[in-house]
Amino acid sequence: MKRSHNFTCIVCPMSCQIELIEEDDKILEVRGNGCKRGEEYVTEEFTNPVRMLTTTIPVQEGRIAMLPVRSERPVPKNLLRRCMKELSKVRVKAPVRCGDMIYENILDTGVSIISSRDLSIGNCSEVR
Amino acid sequence: MIEVDVAIIGGGPAGLASAMKACEEGVKDILIIERGMELGGILLQCIHDGFGTFIFEETLTGPEYAQRYIDEVKKTGINVKLNTMVLEIDSAKRIIAVNQEDGLLEIEAKAIILSMGCRERTRAQILIPGDRPSGIYTAGVAQRYINIEGVIPGKKVVILGSGDIGMIMARRFTLEGAEVEGVYEVMSNPGGLTRNVVQCVEDYEIPLHLSHTITNIRGRRRVEGVTVAKVDSEMRPIKDTERFVPCDTVILSVGLIPENELSKSADVGMDPITNGPIVDEQMQTSVPGIFACGNVVHVHDLVDDVSKVAEVAGKGAAGYIDGKLKKRRSPIKVRAGRNVKYVVPQIIHGEKFDEDIRFYLRVKEIEKSVKTVVLADGERIFEKKIKIVKPPEMVKLDISPDILNRITGDELIIDVEGEEDEEKP
Ligand SMILES: Cc1cc2nc3c(=O)[nH]c(=O)nc-3n(C[C@H](O)[C@H](O)[C@H](O)COP(=O)(O)OP(=O)(O)OC[C@H]3O[C@@H](n4cnc5c(N)ncnc54)[C@H](O)[C@@H]3O)c2cc1C
Ligand code: SF4
Repeated sequence: MKRSHNFTCIVCPMSCQIELIEEDDKILEVRGNGCKRGEEYVTEEFTNPVRMLTTTIPVQEGRIAMLPVRSERPVPKNLLRRCMKELSKVRVKAPVRCGDMIYENILDTGVSIISSRDLSIGNCSEVR
Repeated sequence: MIEVDVAIIGGGPAGLASAMKACEEGVKDILIIERGMELGGILLQCIHDGFGTFIFEETLTGPEYAQRYIDEVKKTGINVKLNTMVLEIDSAKRIIAVNQEDGLLEIEAKAIILSMGCRERTRAQILIPGDRPSGIYTAGVAQRYINIEGVIPGKKVVILGSGDIGMIMARRFTLEGAEVEGVYEVMSNPGGLTRNVVQCVEDYEIPLHLSHTITNIRGRRRVEGVTVAKVDSEMRPIKDTERFVPCDTVILSVGLIPENELSKSADVGMDPITNGPIVDEQMQTSVPGIFACGNVVHVHDLVDDVSKVAEVAGKGAAGYIDGKLKKRRSPIKVRAGRNVKYVVPQIIHGEKFDEDIRFYLRVKEIEKSVKTVVLADGERIFEKKIKIVKPPEMVKLDISPDILNRITGDELIIDVEGEEDEEKP
């Protein structure tokens, strides 16, 4: 069955409304894109949409209560919520350096979760 | 009394980059004064990525971007006072600050850089009627609760305003397991970047209601719900579209205002449109030796621009101290013309320019296929075609010295011309 999907291109400020028509996952037509980059963008968004995951993890004995972390590289969009669930069990202990690995190879994506700041030892209750 | 060469008020990205630049330019005695317990400013709570694409050519999170500057500052002899709040400054560049260790501090600086950032508009400033229960937060406060303190402030959330922070918080609440009932925006276009509309709202199937507002907040102790309504073209709520939405939390993302109490205490001339100090091409304010940069001047959408303009201020302050800064010649006023809300810098000085000047402008309305035009004494000295301009995205114009040196008269006008204006003589 032929199906149509609508996207807003985010590659440049023109924000073209692009329509992608496919049949059994095979892309038949892309229309509405102002330029070639729009076609690449919707093809990627249709076949393998990925997003960077950024969240926080509780820290013990840190200067602040939460450590911001991110995925080294973008992960498949449909795995974001499962990644969050996986990370909800994780705790770390200060000190942490920016770039330290916090969780290796999340959900077998080959992507690790890394720290996004230095966090020294302290008593975070002083902050509040 | 402490004496310093350059005192920098605020240790966010603007303060950090201006300090680094002043240091590079040879200033010995630099002091950054920050009221928070850490350097980094608002970036520390902006844990999402999207920072640094221009300066570092990679996408970083806010804390990572800040970390890079903090690491650099640590390698220098720049002094930092944390947990220190500046209470007052005057036009003689005396600073009164306070902290627990030193008590009241008096600091005399040869030059001051203002980099206090901005704060959020609150409920009182947009006048939403109704009860006054708990559960109403500005987006930045909610962001701080979740990302720094680890507390999720609610389970069922309604967001008013589609600025970037509001949309980013819609995603953050959703990923943390709260339900975001919808984002309501009074204007007919989203207030933030398209990227955030797609990746923060549409990705999570959060309804974005344009031309809508909250007309009432209900709740005894905690928020119990809000009334939302569609608005007409004059932004008046339409009575029979009113609908009650149960929720326990209301997040306001209704704009930022530069934080300028200190600037005013030093009698710095202010721009009523940007709500920030009037600055020249060196980022110097109307008070000689007082410079300003970052969100305290006008609200920036990209931190990369903040860092870049902060370097101009750092260099300006260094030049002021050693007397290299060009003597102020007759000023040329820069005015916002057609479809331009404001232009920064508002003033340029000099009879001979030897460096590019970057102008930042914010447009009033979305417009396609436009030309930005710089007019001096009625003559078009610069033109540049742009495919589209939008209020959430700042327009940057780099004007070269050979064009600047053609300026006659004491006023520049910057217009954004639409297609139909083009044919006019
Ligand atoms: C929620 C949010 C999301 C954003 N997302 C992005 C994004 O995705 N990409 C991007 O490029 N940009 C983004 N930005 C913009 C960017 O973060 C800002 O433009 C930048 O942080 C502004 O820097 P600043 O140094 O001017 O202000 P701030 O970072 O606000 O720093 C000001 C500092 O001054 C201190 N201060 C204020 N008053 C005093 C006083 N009286 N005494 C002592 N210290 C004082 C404050 O404590 C603060 O640390 C975002 C901004 C926000 C708020
Ligand atoms: S399709 Fe091309 S012109 Fe249109 S928004 Fe995407 S990149 Fe810009």
